[in-house]
Amino acid sequence: MELFGILVIPLLASGFSLLPLGRRFAAPATLLATAIVLGLALAVALEASRTGHVAASGQWLTCDGLGALVLLLVAFVGFTAALFSWGYVAESVKRGRQKSIHQYYALYNLFVLSMLCVPLLANVALMWIAVELTTLLSAFLVGFEDTPEALEAAWKYVILTTLGAVLALLGFLILYWGSRVAGMEPFTWIGLVGAAPHTPPALIWIAFLFILVGFGTKVGLVPMHTWLPDAHSQAPASICALLSGVETTTVLYVILRLFPVVSAAPGLDARPWFIAFGLISVTVATLLLIYVRDFKRMFAFSTVEHMGIILVAAGLGGADAHLGAAYQMTGHAIAKSFCFFAAGATVLSVRTQEIASVRGLVRSSPVAAIALLAGAFAIAGAPPFGLFVSEFVILKAGLASGQYAVVGLLAFLVVIAFCAVMLHVNRMAFGTPEREMHTWALPRTCKLTLAFAAIPLIIIGIYVPAPLFELLKAAASAMGG
Amino acid sequence: MNSSSILFALDALTGALFLLTAIGVVATRQVLASLQLFILQSVLLTLSAVLLGFAQGSIHLFAVAAITIATKTLLIPWLLRHTVSAEVYRTREIERVLNIPSSLLIAAVLIVLAYVVANPLLGAVSVPFAQINLPLGIAAMFLGTFTIVVRREAVPQLLGLLAVENGVFFAGVAIVPSLPVIAELAAAVDVPVLALVIGMLTRRIHVRLGTTSVGQLASLRDC
Repeated sequence: MELFGILVIPLLASGFSLLPLGRRFAAPATLLATAIVLGLALAVALEASRTGHVAASGQWLTCDGLGALVLLLVAFVGFTAALFSWGYVAESVKRGRQKSIHQYYALYNLFVLSMLCVPLLANVALMWIAVELTTLLSAFLVGFEDTPEALEAAWKYVILTTLGAVLALLGFLILYWGSRVAGMEPFTWIGLVGAAPHTPPALIWIAFLFILVGFGTKVGLVPMHTWLPDAHSQAPASICALLSGVETTTVLYVILRLFPVVSAAPGLDARPWFIAFGLISVTVATLLLIYVRDFKRMFAFSTVEHMGIILVAAGLGGADAHLGAAYQMTGHAIAKSFCFFAAGATVLSVRTQEIASVRGLVRSSPVAAIALLAGAFAIAGAPPFGLFVSEFVILKAGLASGQYAVVGLLAFLVVIAFCAVMLHVNRMAFGTPEREMHTWALPRTCKLTLAFAAIPLIIIGIYVPAPLFELLKAAASAMGG
Repeated sequence: MNSSSILFALDALTGALFLLTAIGVVATRQVLASLQLFILQSVLLTLSAVLLGFAQGSIHLFAVAAITIATKTLLIPWLLRHTVSAEVYRTREIERVLNIPSSLLIAAVLIVLAYVVANPLLGAVSVPFAQINLPLGIAAMFLGTFTIVVRREAVPQLLGLLAVENGVFFAGVAIVPSLPVIAELAAAVDVPVLALVIGMLTRRIHVRLGTTSVGQLASLRDC
């Protein structure tokens, strides 16, 4: 029942935002809708962590541990980003060209809905449509600021990620072909795992490569990542939080779902490919992090890095590494959305995205500076934040299974990335400004969002509640740990 | 010659023409000509779906054919005409990333590559029509991807993307004749929405920047 609610409520909120009557209340209505969705997602996650499986109507809507984790993360960031949007969008519309706020909220709700659909839809073909819709519905949100740069970013985003999705579609058609050759199984993830041992391995292998490259584009894996820093830096900060925090994770979830399918086929092993793509992404992202000049791009590159780390963790294999991967997904979604809220607050108070022109932020705009520092520490993986723990778990699991070279390289790159991020943010916060910086006041909802989003950011590094731990374990076992 | 081998021969002919249109989209310079080639390509896709529908007695393929005709030859050209200004269609690209002879050389390599990819699949499962449709569909996908890389105008990039989509379905009608109904609906809804979004984006770019040469936009880059 909750699953239906999760899908219907954003639809209602989107429709309401377009009504002449509802236009003025689009922001509070969206906030209310996302709050209800978050509540329902929590209920689903609790049930999934207890029973391992939630189904509304087994044929169409179902949710296991991994799905529930992704659902919960999307719902959480959907709520906090809606809260952040309230003040941020009004502010950016005020200073820019007149753009209708209600259109923003109508699309916002649909975009969140499309991401919520991905882990819930049982049928793989429908899930593919949901992934494709996440791009199409967010295209205008990416270009919302209507600057030449934003439009350029939106263009690259749509063309490249759609191209990726269409390449992945052939992969899914080949998987369907394979499951029919193996005898008619329903075209669901469970059905695919069941059919895999009887499917000709060549089919699964080619399908896997098409989907890895195709959806890898949308996840931002190097070398298909070129659109990502543009889109994730030019969109409004609230949308960046969704794009970077959860959209990438949602698509990565689909790739991770393939892991048990490939493993079930005789003679195939996806792990080397996961490790190779993951390590290349982490390496390139780390290098780019050193030279980055725009602080929103910095967080975008850090997303590429984290997607790589999760992929490596999945590739290391074993229950512990997969637990680390699930933990890393959680930590990344929470920390990265927080980082973009902090970056948005910084942009609002100093009106620039250039690292070099922001100095001494801690004096001119203390709230933004402290948020930025906290976000940077969290995303770079410093203790006591969640990503420190998850990276530790992943590295330890890799050592335990004897993959020293991979672990060594990963640890080295993570440390370099840490230094790069901290160096940039440290200068922004504490450097001496060349001239007096003019700052603007922050809207109240921005501060409120930062305060609210900081709660899980701090908690999950210190203490993982028992239901969350059960959920992470269920998610890890769904990856075939 | 029995009826099934006639159908097979006709499908082979359709496939060859389908591939030619994909090569044509790579090589043409005029925006309007690319659009016409895309429409022709969609008609050939429809034809192949109908031929396979007869050969395999699959009602699904007739649905695919109907949806393809309705969306790709009627709806999409109409949408593009209404969202993108006529000025864009008259555009002739003077400058390309690659000249036409080298583009065609790479296109030839991509077609060979498509056969390399399709071969293990055809070796594993033997489906008569897939021998034609699968490699040619994959070839069209690669050529469409290549088009997106070398073209600088917005509309040809979109048409390259739609050519990739056509390629997927050209392969799809042979390997999964009983495509689930939802996948057909997906094609019916998804592709026009895609064309609409990109068309509107093209218009915004044209209004704001005065050009649709998206390949030359390079204000966002690193270092």
